[in-house]
Amino acid sequence: MSVELLNFIETVINGLMSGIMYSLVALGFVLIFKASGVFNFAQGVFALFAALTLVGFQTGQVPFSHLINELFGTNFHNWYPSLHSFFAIILTIITMIVLAWLIEKLVLKHLVNQEPIILFMATIGLAFVLEGVGDLMWGSDVKVLDVGIPSGGSEWLEKTTVGWASEGSEYYGMYIDVLNVWATIIAVILVTALALFSQYTKTGRALRAVADDHQAALSVGISLRSIWVLVWAISGFIAMVAGIMWGTESGVQFSLSLIALKALPVLILGGFTSIPGAIIGGLLIGLGEKLAEIYIGGLLDIGAIENWFAYFMALVFLLFRPQGLFGDKIIERV
Amino acid sequence: MGLKKMMVGFLGSVIAIGGFLEVATADLKFPMLVYRTGAYAPNGIPNADGFVDYYKMINARDGGIGGEKIVFPECETGYKTQVGVECYEKHKENAMVFQPMSTGITYQLIPKASADGVTVYSTGYGRTSAKNGKVFKWIFNAPATYWDGASIAVRHILKQNMGNIKGKKIALVYHNSAYGKEPIRTLQVLAKKHGYKLMLLPVDHPGQEQKATWLKIRKQRPNYVLMWGWGVMNQVAIKQASSIKFPMENFIGIWWSGSENDVMPAGAGAHGYKALTFNAPGDDYQVHKDIKKYVHDKGQASGDGSHFGTVLYNRGLFQAMVQVEAARVAQKIHGTSKITPAMYRDGMENVDLNAKRMEELGFKNFAPPFKNTCENHGGSGLAAVQQWDAKAKKWNMITEYMYGDAEVVDKLIAEDSTKYAKEQKIAMRCN
Repeated sequence: MSVELLNFIETVINGLMSGIMYSLVALGFVLIFKASGVFNFAQGVFALFAALTLVGFQTGQVPFSHLINELFGTNFHNWYPSLHSFFAIILTIITMIVLAWLIEKLVLKHLVNQEPIILFMATIGLAFVLEGVGDLMWGSDVKVLDVGIPSGGSEWLEKTTVGWASEGSEYYGMYIDVLNVWATIIAVILVTALALFSQYTKTGRALRAVADDHQAALSVGISLRSIWVLVWAISGFIAMVAGIMWGTESGVQFSLSLIALKALPVLILGGFTSIPGAIIGGLLIGLGEKLAEIYIGGLLDIGAIENWFAYFMALVFLLFRPQGLFGDKIIERV
Repeated sequence: MGLKKMMVGFLGSVIAIGGFLEVATADLKFPMLVYRTGAYAPNGIPNADGFVDYYKMINARDGGIGGEKIVFPECETGYKTQVGVECYEKHKENAMVFQPMSTGITYQLIPKASADGVTVYSTGYGRTSAKNGKVFKWIFNAPATYWDGASIAVRHILKQNMGNIKGKKIALVYHNSAYGKEPIRTLQVLAKKHGYKLMLLPVDHPGQEQKATWLKIRKQRPNYVLMWGWGVMNQVAIKQASSIKFPMENFIGIWWSGSENDVMPAGAGAHGYKALTFNAPGDDYQVHKDIKKYVHDKGQASGDGSHFGTVLYNRGLFQAMVQVEAARVAQKIHGTSKITPAMYRDGMENVDLNAKRMEELGFKNFAPPFKNTCENHGGSGLAAVQQWDAKAKKWNMITEYMYGDAEVVDKLIAEDSTKYAKEQKIAMRCN
């Protein structure tokens, strides 16, 4: 094979795998939007908060230690030296469930039947509050996150593919980050679990009923509020998974909340109400932006186009298919 | 309330406000533009802590500067240019000096501060050609500029290659902002001079996703990668470089891409990564002992005190020290402790931080000596290379402090500043 073709294949694979990382963030948005019609602006901050909490539990950091020490003149920083990642993840999941319950109790409950824009504004407020609370609880330092997921280039793939290029050509083998492979496996497991949960469990069917029609679901005795807590808790769990993946890559820090911006074009492309849409949308955006950065950018001798190119793709889709690839078609009866 | 009571209350308020103003104007105001929140907070916090701890120490140990207390109101910019300008407008009254901590903000403040008569000190960042004091009366960027940094990095590469880098490929991975773009011109001129090929690879804010950039590097195999990054961009770039197995000893960051925060997330993969620096890391200098004694031991450390001795904390100490020293020089020149912003500028222009003075200030061997003059607001231009030891989790200085390529840099500074002077109709000074 020619080196150019191998490089192209490498770009395609890496683009698709980057897309999976975006999908992990987009999934949380879709779940909440599907069940409650709320566009949760705070989803990126959810991922940040979950990752901060996870590292906090792993390292035994005392929450609000800075504040406590300042107020009482104490010197508390750590409860214990370290905690196994498994237990830290369990504690983080419990924290995210409590957070979902608090959000429902303190925010959503009071905004039932309000316009979607009001709920959207509430999630903007929630994002900033949660970011501030996260800062007070765990501090703003860059935190190293390691839950045992391997990362770095795959040596096996590199060695296997190095001989694929035509003889005499300069080729170093194909590159794939192992972390992205794990992200793909985890995304597949997540989507399968979500599909099984919504198809074959009573709660899952209730969730689908709420997503289809709030009024009808209420009329058959489904508690809207408990479904909302459940959905926000699941999306908190997904945010934790996204936070782990992105935090392993860059360390856990406040810029992590900006990964939500990567999910927006994915949602526009895949549709706000479709779980497969979030995956396919992520794949398309990841692929499109990497091809654009390397090939269009290379052709025009410009760089840093991938960020806006993702939105350009989303815009083109909006013009031709406003509901996204798999979104519910908007039908308004006059 | 009776009319009499109201009058007494009003007069009381006037006297109280008057008294406050008198105190406020007698103090030396050093406003701080900080970013303790947002995407760049992990860099902004240790740096701001260094400033605050140093000012607190000077107030506690010396009773201020020449008897005048330092006041240092903080204004949160979030590293946003527009907010930085608003902070400047809010605090410019009677301000001695502004340290914008952002090249973007510095560019915006240059014309404003020059018109308002306020000193701007962009330590090792900002507009490089502001080094020319003949044009930029109010702007200082000592001890080194980005163009010095670019040419020092190339000098280091030249040394490693016996002075010949013809045909080599050097990539610049840069924050796609005014800051990141600053060294491009120098690197282009140096590419012509030394015959290397320059690859430009911008990374958009915040730099969380850089896969395409590093795939390009992997395909095109540059011999060296230089980085002008900030915040999460540094951490991701170092991690990606280690992922694609780029030789870390050939990866050199500017002095804003060389803190502990930048290398820790990559773990062992960051071993061997290099960065320029104009100040030493560590916490065993006299200044640290004084800060510990007068600030930390009294429970007054800025933040939780955990950044003590880190690269960016130490840089904050250095920046604050220069600003305080400028006030002392101004007081000496003008024979008064109650200096005005204009007097402060004179002080900054006459700062002479030779080795003896550095030692007196508790900074022995902390940074290379430098001196500002009317013509030169950019100091010595000296910087060294430090290398990360992932096992010991510390930076080691691996070279002496060295100069950049004055032949190239000085010419570029003269060109750029003269052009600016023409555009702004500024008459050359220092004649």
